[in-house]
Amino acid sequence: MDTESKPSTAARRQFLAGTARMACGVGLLGLGVGLYARHARALPPAAIRPPGALAETDFSAACIRCGMCVRDCPFNILHLAKPEQPLSTGTPYFVARQAPCEMCEDIPCVKACPTGALDHALKDINKSKMGLAVLVDHETCLNFLGLRCDICYRVCPVIDKAITLEPQTNARTGKHTLFIPVVHSDHCTGCGKCEKACPTEIAAIKVFPLYMAKGQLSSHYRLGWVEKEKAGGSLVAPDIEHRYNMPEGMTYESGKGLSSDAVPPAPTSGAAPGSATGLPKALQGGKL
Amino acid sequence: MSAPAKPILRPGAEAIAAKGWLAAHKWLLLRRASQLGILLLFLLGPWFGIWIVKGNLNFSYTLNVLPLADPYVIAQSLLARQVPEKLALTGAAIVLLLYLLVGGRAYCSWVCPVNLVTDFAYWLRVRLGLKGSAHISRPTRYWMLGMTLVVATVTGSIAWEMVNPVSMAHRGLIFGMGLAWAVLLAVFLFDLFVMRHGWCGHLCPVGAFYSLIGSFSLTRVKLPARSACNDCMDCFAVCPEPQVIRPALKAIDGAPPVILETNCTNCGRCIDICSKDVFAFGTRFNSTVVPVAGVASAAPK
Repeated sequence: MDTESKPSTAARRQFLAGTARMACGVGLLGLGVGLYARHARALPPAAIRPPGALAETDFSAACIRCGMCVRDCPFNILHLAKPEQPLSTGTPYFVARQAPCEMCEDIPCVKACPTGALDHALKDINKSKMGLAVLVDHETCLNFLGLRCDICYRVCPVIDKAITLEPQTNARTGKHTLFIPVVHSDHCTGCGKCEKACPTEIAAIKVFPLYMAKGQLSSHYRLGWVEKEKAGGSLVAPDIEHRYNMPEGMTYESGKGLSSDAVPPAPTSGAAPGSATGLPKALQGGKL
Repeated sequence: MSAPAKPILRPGAEAIAAKGWLAAHKWLLLRRASQLGILLLFLLGPWFGIWIVKGNLNFSYTLNVLPLADPYVIAQSLLARQVPEKLALTGAAIVLLLYLLVGGRAYCSWVCPVNLVTDFAYWLRVRLGLKGSAHISRPTRYWMLGMTLVVATVTGSIAWEMVNPVSMAHRGLIFGMGLAWAVLLAVFLFDLFVMRHGWCGHLCPVGAFYSLIGSFSLTRVKLPARSACNDCMDCFAVCPEPQVIRPALKAIDGAPPVILETNCTNCGRCIDICSKDVFAFGTRFNSTVVPVAGVASAAPK
């Protein structure tokens, strides 16, 4: 930009051409940088942000890539993304399968953050939402196969709230119970201990960023049983006691379903669900 | 000057002859000590478990009392519509004040790790006698600076940090390099083969940002003995921003004997290299043109 003191036409033309050249060149570069930044908006599935991290769009504006959280993590689980990794260069993340968040009560990583990219309003680690565990593989989960592995359930820091074991009939054997680990999003912090502890070669339960793991009902949906409880009674019609009409010699047990190998032939009309007395404790909804 | 038998006198030969090697490299040595020392302070923690400084150049916390933050990154964060916590804002304010005192682009020559790379590239360029250089005008860096700020505003993220070789280098050394070395190698090769002083002198938006602070900064290179200049051109040969010297040295348009050009990095190499001791560090004020043509030999130091 060599401006001349005397604005001759030639000089002005040269100045404008030079300016245009530079603006276009740098603009192109800026476009590249901008597009690249947009690409890094979506967090890759294996990378989990530290506790208290703002939503990804805000995080990429607030995190100044200083690594203070990495330094103050007593378990050294956090890393700063390297340029070749598919998330914003220099931003912190952890990989649950390698080292999950240990859920320190004083949350030192959040305290260390100088900008608030890790939200300082987070005071209770159990309220953090780093991600959400999902039992992704029903084919290899040992509990799904009928074993009492239960490891994810046992290592969960929010045991019996974030993961519960829900009894189900083992349809394959017809007489055993499957204890299905079920993740509850309102309590799961996404720490990743379940994924780390899963004993299969590749974890059957995995922690994903919330946007990947969590579905959402359409806004007009209402849960009938919730509305019923709120209203204190049925909203549409009076409740009718359900009766089963069984074929001769067949019984129905809640959870197990229809079977012919039933023992007590006495009440042929069948029992109301849940009132079966001969069931194992777990099948009556008791805690394990 | 007096020996025409020697075809090329390497810049600095006169100064070494006049002042001795050490005095002719004083500021260079101090500068390298500063660059490496600051880097070492950051590395003491991860390497030896001595935690004096935590973090990196974007934000650091010294002895858990002194926050320092890069105002350029904070500015991008603000433009991306996120207001940082007080600690980062305080850190940025302290850094701003610091560079208002020591000179804006003192960051470039005394702190920035990329300077080591580009200085090496330039040294090698001279040694190998590589002459050609692509032409991009020096103010391009301000376009780059503007571009990074616009991109931060438009994308709502600190986008430049994804590719910034400066923070990438520093973060890489402290937190793990990954492929950041490739970016640094690219900068090195660009400076070596494509363009003389290419990155630091023409393109780097970080330097451009700090040069803006330099518009008001206190510490400046002065020329108390500019009349003693014998036109050996050594200062122009070593200066990474040679265009900043001429107005003050040659009193263009009655310029005072102080380098007020904001892109002077206060590296002090001109002070080292001048056998006539024309240059010295001082403040931007009180730059009356004292030494007249009569004062010839040793200028007061």
